[in-house]
Amino acid sequence: MADDIKRRVALKVIGTTLGVGAFAKALAPIAQFTENTSVGEFLQKHYRELSSTELATVLARLEADTKKNYGREVTIQDIRPQAGVQFAYALNLSVCIGCRRCVEACHVENNHDRASHNSYIRVLEMEQGSMDMGRGRADYDHAVPEDGKFYMPVQCQQCENAPCTKVCPVEATWQEPDGIVVVDYNWCIGCRYCEAACPYHARRFNWKKPVIPADEINPNQSYLSNRIRPQGVVEKCTFCLHKTRQGQLPACLEACPTGARVFGNVLDPNSSIRWVLENKRVFVLKEELGTRPRFFYFFDK
Amino acid sequence: MTKGTTLTERDAESPEPATQHLLSYPRFLLTVAWRATEGTWVFYAWMTLLTAIALVGANAWAQQMASGMAVTALTDHVSWGLYIANFTFLVGLAAGGVMMVVPAYLYEDHDMHDVVIIGELLAVAALIMALAFVIVDLGRPDRFWHMMPFIGRFHWPVSMLSWDVLVLNGYLLLNLHVSGYLIYMRYLGRRPNPRWYVPFVFLSIVWAFSIHTVTAFLYSGLGGRPFWNSALLAPRFLASAFVTGPAFIVLVLQVIPKFSKFRVPEGAVQRLLSIMRVTVLINLFMLASELFTLFYGGGAHAASGIYLFFGLHGHAELVPWIWTAVTFNIFAAIVLLTPALYRSRAVLNTALVLTFIGVWIEKGMGLIVPGFIPSTLHEIVPYLPSTVEWKVCAGIWAAGLAVFTLALKFGLQAMTGELRAPGAPALDGDVAGAALTTTEETAQ
Repeated sequence: MADDIKRRVALKVIGTTLGVGAFAKALAPIAQFTENTSVGEFLQKHYRELSSTELATVLARLEADTKKNYGREVTIQDIRPQAGVQFAYALNLSVCIGCRRCVEACHVENNHDRASHNSYIRVLEMEQGSMDMGRGRADYDHAVPEDGKFYMPVQCQQCENAPCTKVCPVEATWQEPDGIVVVDYNWCIGCRYCEAACPYHARRFNWKKPVIPADEINPNQSYLSNRIRPQGVVEKCTFCLHKTRQGQLPACLEACPTGARVFGNVLDPNSSIRWVLENKRVFVLKEELGTRPRFFYFFDK
Repeated sequence: MTKGTTLTERDAESPEPATQHLLSYPRFLLTVAWRATEGTWVFYAWMTLLTAIALVGANAWAQQMASGMAVTALTDHVSWGLYIANFTFLVGLAAGGVMMVVPAYLYEDHDMHDVVIIGELLAVAALIMALAFVIVDLGRPDRFWHMMPFIGRFHWPVSMLSWDVLVLNGYLLLNLHVSGYLIYMRYLGRRPNPRWYVPFVFLSIVWAFSIHTVTAFLYSGLGGRPFWNSALLAPRFLASAFVTGPAFIVLVLQVIPKFSKFRVPEGAVQRLLSIMRVTVLINLFMLASELFTLFYGGGAHAASGIYLFFGLHGHAELVPWIWTAVTFNIFAAIVLLTPALYRSRAVLNTALVLTFIGVWIEKGMGLIVPGFIPSTLHEIVPYLPSTVEWKVCAGIWAAGLAVFTLALKFGLQAMTGELRAPGAPALDGDVAGAALTTTEETAQ
């Protein structure tokens, strides 16, 4: 009897060891992931809880990581919203020709993954006389503009009542005082609930680590906008806050050859955005959802 | 199976001091650990098979962690797929176990009372699987702690996902407590003190409804997804949960006598089948109501439904799935309502398996995926799961079945008296000759 028990104990110890070993072996690829994640990164607090010294450490670490992983010297700033500024965007659908230069400018400015040709803007080719997106298409591939069509670029609408920020279980995304909806890429857990909630297909997920050649990286970066995003987190259009909060215009507007895009501070009575909102018959997409976008569309004629 | 309070509080019915649990509870855990690896060759073969599949799943998930979720077939258009489909289904399976608890405790069905622990153990296993499916769907599981109340930044009460974290973990703890307490008391040879579990049982009944309601609200609260944005979603979820839960348990109740000395009362099976007769019809009725509303008016809101049932603009990836589900569910309804059919155990069991699969499709691939097709900009990007997703999915199901097998083994051995502390008295329900003094007790 005693021998039988010894044999059983021995068998169980061997079995358990083999089982644990097998699971360790099966999970081994995770080591590749963990060696790219430092302790500092793992324990990093939420952006809005960081003190200025903690934030400086984080920015320095991110710059060093970019140098190490992408071979490029970059500057990552933390640019805060300005008081008395409420951003809004308007787009003239009569003028847009669907050339997708805004899409390309966004791709370059925001350090998107090159292979997937990611961008925060999608341009719909719509049928004249219809606002039904179901009759439009985003994958058109021919000379533009085509007769009988109009073109409608769609990007983040920076909603006042944003469904995406509501659903986030960890407050990794929120609306800033100047109206821009941002993501803390170091706090997002990658559940993609925001991507499901957004009615405008504005959000993107980093399905893998972005790949960009060193010489193509835009070195002028900021924490909440165009710094190179980590694998497994959600990102979105930030109205190029690293430019616009410093008095410049968004990259998509600068690239537009037809002047279809109008951007600015609605609280400034002399701004062109203010003039458009006051003098054109503007509308927003999917108004019935109650999202209250700060991205407007209008027709000129 | 942990039960902290029993360690510190004096048991009303026992004269011994509570400190005795400091010795007997660890001994109970040791016995359970030993028993986890004791059994017939069928048991070993079954557990080895499940472990092997779980290993394949663990490896696939590790690869997904290392190279990113690009190894799945998910895209920015269809950003949730097989994982969230299974999650949704398993929350339903966990809630479905309550269809044993309600008759046993609210209607004092004695036959059901004898087997109610099986429903609680099923809830435990299903919730572990559901939570695992959430973890594998995260792009950054290393940041899981961000979701924990007080430590992270828990977006409660605004985010429905924060509610889901609370209700799912709460339901897991409730069922661990109730089943763990009952098993431990039977191990000690004592009658359980109702004070320590009955209030939790009643709480768990309400809670079961909450877990599936909150899970439905995750989807139905999204105005930008017309296919999900329906007030009928939560009731539908519950109805289908009360199909799959009883179906699975009836199958388990038939397997138990083959591997255990436990005697399953026939009344429990009949009661579960009569519950299913109602729920299977309610589920079909709600599906029909949903389809009527979608299709009669037509328009852009019907696009996902058209894609799902008939295909749209040349894309028909989900059409075979949904018609399989509908066929299976209608077949099960016919069998359950036709005495000539359900009297044959083979036909009945086929119907139970088919409706289980039918609801799995309807609630998973048939609900989550079409919510994304067409996308919010009305683009059609099809989705069918990748090999990695199938492997991870199989791995979690295997691990969950292993947990359920072990939990069931301990639960039933406690009921028959096979899992009993040395020298503890016999109890009602013990099976004659079952109270073996097994080798490990001798070893201690």
